[in-house]
Amino acid sequence: MSVLQGIRVIELAHERTAFAGKLLADMGADVILVEPPSGSPSRLFPPFVDDLPGIERSLHFWHYNTSKRGITLLLEDAGDRSRLTNLLATADVLLESEPITRLADLGIDYPDLASINPRLIHVSVTPYGRGEPLSDLPETDLTLMASSGPVWSCGYDDHTLPPVRGWGFQGYQTACHFAVMSVFTALLSRGVSGQGQFIDVSISAASNVTTEGASYTWLVEQNTVQRQTGRHASTRTTGETQMRCADGRWVNTGVPPRFPAEFAKLLAWLRVLKLGDVFPEAVFLEMGANWEGPFDLSRIGIDDTITAIFGAGREGLQLIARTVGAQDFFEGCQRAGLAVGVINSPEEAFENHHFKARGMQVPVLHEDIGRTVIYPGAPFSLPKAPWRISRRAPKLGEHNQEILGQES
Amino acid sequence: MAQALAGYRICDFTGQLAGAGATRWLAAFGAEVIRIEDPVRQGRWDILRGNPPFIDERRGIDLGGAFNNHNTDKLGITLNLKTDKAKDILARLIAVSDVVTENFAAGVLDKWGFSYARMREIKPDIIYVSNCGFGHAGPYSEFKTWGPIVQAVSGLTHTSALNGQPPAGWGYSYMDHTGGYYMAMAILTALYHQQRTGEGQWIDLACTDAALTLNGPALLDWTVNGRNLRDKPVHSNRSQFNTMAPHGIYPCIGEDEWIAIACRDDAQWLSLASLINQDWTASCATLDSRLKGQDTLDARMTTWCRTWNKFELQDALRALRIPVGAVQKPSERIDRDPTTGNFGLWPTVEHSAIGAVRVDGQPVHFSRTDWQSKRGAPCLSEHTEEVLTRLLGISDDELKALRAEGVL
Repeated sequence: MSVLQGIRVIELAHERTAFAGKLLADMGADVILVEPPSGSPSRLFPPFVDDLPGIERSLHFWHYNTSKRGITLLLEDAGDRSRLTNLLATADVLLESEPITRLADLGIDYPDLASINPRLIHVSVTPYGRGEPLSDLPETDLTLMASSGPVWSCGYDDHTLPPVRGWGFQGYQTACHFAVMSVFTALLSRGVSGQGQFIDVSISAASNVTTEGASYTWLVEQNTVQRQTGRHASTRTTGETQMRCADGRWVNTGVPPRFPAEFAKLLAWLRVLKLGDVFPEAVFLEMGANWEGPFDLSRIGIDDTITAIFGAGREGLQLIARTVGAQDFFEGCQRAGLAVGVINSPEEAFENHHFKARGMQVPVLHEDIGRTVIYPGAPFSLPKAPWRISRRAPKLGEHNQEILGQES
Repeated sequence: MAQALAGYRICDFTGQLAGAGATRWLAAFGAEVIRIEDPVRQGRWDILRGNPPFIDERRGIDLGGAFNNHNTDKLGITLNLKTDKAKDILARLIAVSDVVTENFAAGVLDKWGFSYARMREIKPDIIYVSNCGFGHAGPYSEFKTWGPIVQAVSGLTHTSALNGQPPAGWGYSYMDHTGGYYMAMAILTALYHQQRTGEGQWIDLACTDAALTLNGPALLDWTVNGRNLRDKPVHSNRSQFNTMAPHGIYPCIGEDEWIAIACRDDAQWLSLASLINQDWTASCATLDSRLKGQDTLDARMTTWCRTWNKFELQDALRALRIPVGAVQKPSERIDRDPTTGNFGLWPTVEHSAIGAVRVDGQPVHFSRTDWQSKRGAPCLSEHTEEVLTRLLGISDDELKALRAEGVL
């Protein structure tokens, strides 16, 4: 049994909330995606299967709508609206990202719905919250992430280059994480009180509190962090952490060795690579390996010996990086106890043996086109109530008969 | 007001942001979160405890601003788990708790004698949620991470860059935040399963698994179309799948002032072109022409935006209903932008040692059982006596003796 078995979610299709619906659906909820008869605009978002556009061929739509069923309703039509209301009368969750007064104008906003279903948990996800007229202005993942914090902190040491927004619709996805946390919190609360409620999620607010030091450095000491290449934005310049390896790929060098055992492992690795003789600072690594007691890190830059040992640690890592490929650097450092990372492209991560071993490649049958498609697996799974993609994304109106036929 | 998670008790070993950020949500919704820290090392396993930012010139283990931000509304006790008496106290605490949480490297809690099997002996329906970089199973389970390493290995760093530049990555630990959100979801889903079935379980959350799932459409483009992102130039300020142009971040008047602008369709572009009012716009009427000449388009947008103040341009484009977002500095989005303050996003908490200080709030509001953040993070061992007396009935004399013996 999946954790949300028996929970019915009505999702009014929108690109901003699709990920929340997917997370709930893959956890076993019966998520019914409600689209207009013309289809959700996201059905025409690339990429497409075999690069051929079509409303049943969008890989964006496929990914964000797994495990859902789909119906079409025209909410301006009174008959369709009453079909929706009938569904909502027995639903547990309504998930939507409509303009802030649209549902009220149609007579199906939370107060209307609560009167027919007091157990309903109504989750609204809007750019700035339900009470803010700006929520109705056009936006994109880029423009929201720009104004709500993430972009200010990301980019390069060279500030003549623009700051950077990462790919992957992370602004929408962050809001969806909060929407899902909210659904479970409200379900637990309902389990005690028997009552549902209205939940107002702000996409902008979600990113605003997902910026780590940028926010609390201002809140606490009114200082402003500045972006740096590949590492944390900071109020002061910090050492570079990104290096290019012998194969041209990049790594994040993380925190250089700090403990005697780490210096010892680094030295041993340099010797395996036969670099011990060409690295004069190896003598300092040896001193680091034989150091008694913990290092006083506050003496770096003051005590010549400690400074030389830590400098040798950093330079030793750099020498190895210039000598081996990025994947070898990553695995070798990690085996030496150093938390470094290879900078994978998404598909390189996806094909990595560790993630394969953890079951992160999940086949899903698309019986309609006779293909099995590999999807990314569970972000986490409950052993007693496993995550599962129960079906491919629905075709437009695929379940009208199955769902509305019974209801009407 | 009733609290959504009132009555739940969490034995919380989490730290940093990836763990503490998860239980912070639970505490804001009324769960009793008891942080358990090591008195010998003064809780320094969580490196944020005594680290900047600071509200004033005072320094110390209780005064770290980041630690305060991530641990609001929690209780704090100390147990020296190298002693048998502390282990006994922990066992008694687990016996009256619903959840045990930690984000140590894999296996640490086990080494202290508190494997999941042992905890289940103590309390059969206990929920145990562990959060570590690569999970407790798989080839990399011994490897260590922190936020930027998770982002590097999973593909998120690679997909944040400007064309022709190295990866820009994320200027903060996006995956410490987001790993925390998934950890909160894991705890909440397990509690929900327990509410419905009475069963507990162990959830082994791996931050890198969660991160890998955050690039879904790109991964399907790989598995279905064989298109990889290793060989494709990443220009992440542009639309990921060539759906929009212009779609970028452009400079405005002043030092390091920027604005994000996107046009979802030709109509929005025509509105923008009318404001730009220059001859070159005539050759950009279709998305196809704008995408083909995107380098030139971006250069012209750059020249045009440079003549504007970013907030005046934002106002002008909002009036035309064109997606726009000024790149806001922390000071601007926290203290200038009314949408965050109006949402109540920066509550002031009272910390026993720091005093009154603002923190990140939650980007949601519940109509019946909303969150509240009033109390700052616990000082080291601030609630040891109160918690052990109230929950375990340990007497004052016993507490004094345990203190003297170095157990607490």
